[in-house]
Amino acid sequence: MSVIKTLALGAGLAGLLLSAAYAEGLQGKVIGFSQIGSESGWRAAETSVTKAEAEARGIDLKFADAQQKQENQIKAIRGFIAQGVDAILVAPVVATGWEEVLTEAKEANIPVVLLDRGIEGPEDLYLTSVASDQVKEGRVAGEFLATTVGDKPCNIVELQGTVGSSPAINRKQGFEEAIAGKANLTITRSQTGDFTRSKGKEVMEGFIKAEDGGKNICAVYAHNDDMAVGAIQAIKDAGLKPGSDILVVSIDAVPDIFAAMVAGEANATVELTPNMAGPAFDALQAYWDAGTAPEKFIITESKLYTPADDPQGEYDRRKGLGY
Amino acid sequence: MTRPTVDLRPTTQPPLPRQRPITSFLTKPQVIALVAVLLVNWALFPGFFTITWQDGRFFGSLIDVLNRGAPVAILAIGMTMVIATKGVDLSVGAVMAISGATAATLVTNGIPAPTAVLAALATGLLCGLWNGILVTVLEIQPIIATLVLMVAGRGLAQLITEGTIVTFSDPLLIFIGTGSFLGLPMPVVIALVLMVLATLIVRRTALGLLIEAVGVNRSAARFAGLKAGTLLLIVYTFAGFCAAISGLIVAGDIRGADANNAGLWLELDAILAVVIGGTSLMGGRFSIPMAVLGAMIIQAMNTGILISGFSPEFNLVVKSAVIIVILVLQSPLSARLFRRLPGAPK
Repeated sequence: MSVIKTLALGAGLAGLLLSAAYAEGLQGKVIGFSQIGSESGWRAAETSVTKAEAEARGIDLKFADAQQKQENQIKAIRGFIAQGVDAILVAPVVATGWEEVLTEAKEANIPVVLLDRGIEGPEDLYLTSVASDQVKEGRVAGEFLATTVGDKPCNIVELQGTVGSSPAINRKQGFEEAIAGKANLTITRSQTGDFTRSKGKEVMEGFIKAEDGGKNICAVYAHNDDMAVGAIQAIKDAGLKPGSDILVVSIDAVPDIFAAMVAGEANATVELTPNMAGPAFDALQAYWDAGTAPEKFIITESKLYTPADDPQGEYDRRKGLGY
Repeated sequence: MTRPTVDLRPTTQPPLPRQRPITSFLTKPQVIALVAVLLVNWALFPGFFTITWQDGRFFGSLIDVLNRGAPVAILAIGMTMVIATKGVDLSVGAVMAISGATAATLVTNGIPAPTAVLAALATGLLCGLWNGILVTVLEIQPIIATLVLMVAGRGLAQLITEGTIVTFSDPLLIFIGTGSFLGLPMPVVIALVLMVLATLIVRRTALGLLIEAVGVNRSAARFAGLKAGTLLLIVYTFAGFCAAISGLIVAGDIRGADANNAGLWLELDAILAVVIGGTSLMGGRFSIPMAVLGAMIIQAMNTGILISGFSPEFNLVVKSAVIIVILVLQSPLSARLFRRLPGAPK
């Protein structure tokens, strides 16, 4: 017992020392961050978490909002290079057209870390990229549903994201992979809700009418929480109980889905963490301290949250992040 | 008491036929199109026309069509008048977002709901007035003048909500979006009342005629003694007001103001509804009830696609195909072809 305690203490101490070393190592570093904009609550949360992570490490963060325009991002990166920053974080708005400006950064010896999205082009243009695995997010959601319903037959309706967008394609694929082996789970209907609450509600209304007033629906899988929140309202309007009559599973982990969990109206969400900057700073730290290049693709955790995970606490914790 | 405006009708004009036969209404291309779309929906989903009574309100796909079509129908009522003056209002979608954001932010900050609703309607009026001033005083072309607010307005809404979805639980706002009156969803009731009132006001007074006069030829209307500028101000302000009502409905429906997505691209649906309703983009002749019918055709298609089980990749293809058919039916060419048919209405 005491050995374990000592070990735990040691690990704790090491952790403390390590974090102290981090604070020491990145203290006073100037890092530029070119953010896409604030098109969604998640992105606003990513911005505020990045600022908080930088502050905790004593980093002087130069923030540039590109308002959804690549030309603004390129201008911002050139500005960072001119200012002679130590590193640059970029959340690229599109996948192409980065070779020239990233080559300039490379020639100026400034490491670039991509956040949240990837780019097309030579991999030596950036130090590493931090992103979530969207296929895995879908898989985690599917596995949760498979274990929850067990062997009972279950008709699932799917609210897809915007047609052709990569999260919609990947989250659909991951979910289908997870339920592929289960003969009792079938996706009976699938339509796009454009990632919005009102479309999610409208599509779910249609599904409920088309499936015998909702009696033939056992679960709804939404590609994001906002559509799930809309679907929950549609289920309630139809006189059914979301969370028990129809299970609700979605992805993102925004505050409002935790509010729904508190009310017993949502069953699970898979987190798309807004903390992409934390792992990015850690990678930069390791790169500067040890000189080792980090792996090219850092994948963030896709954590599953259910009503057992203190939804009220999660709601309060996230509410201030700008979602 | 005689209204001076009545004298503006030329005396030589034959009296308008008050009792039009019902058959002429039923053979309008819009009505045929709506019936056709509804029948296709019925073929795809046999329970389409089933309406049940549940929780003190009607419940069914047909009610969904009315309910979901109401916000665009309300936009179309305002848009019809603007288009009749040879203008267009691209900003209504953004004004919806502003109105919803205003109401939601106020109630979450503890302001009483009636005040918040009035404030939201007032912002709509202000936005409309702004468009009207750009069009009349600065004489900017309507498509450009309203484009300003279309782009900037969404930014304004995001400023109000600080980029988040402002969720609320205020009963009055939720009632506007999801409540019911005499078993009908509140949005449908609001759209119906607005349609009847607006139609009465433009058709039982000379206002409609004046709007048409300005639309056909603004200079000529001014030389004839019409206050064209004032009329345009009124029309754009009314469009802003309608957009504010739609914004309240959409926010109340999802119990939250989503500045990024509320009303997104709905200005285009509203313009389409007006055009399907037979109002010419060149100004002049217009019909408010037909524009509302146009909005219902669009929504009947949307609902049909949802319940049909097609994969979502087909949504826009199906929609555009149906719209092309409707517009071809309405074109002068098909009107000439129809006239050749024996027994067709003149």
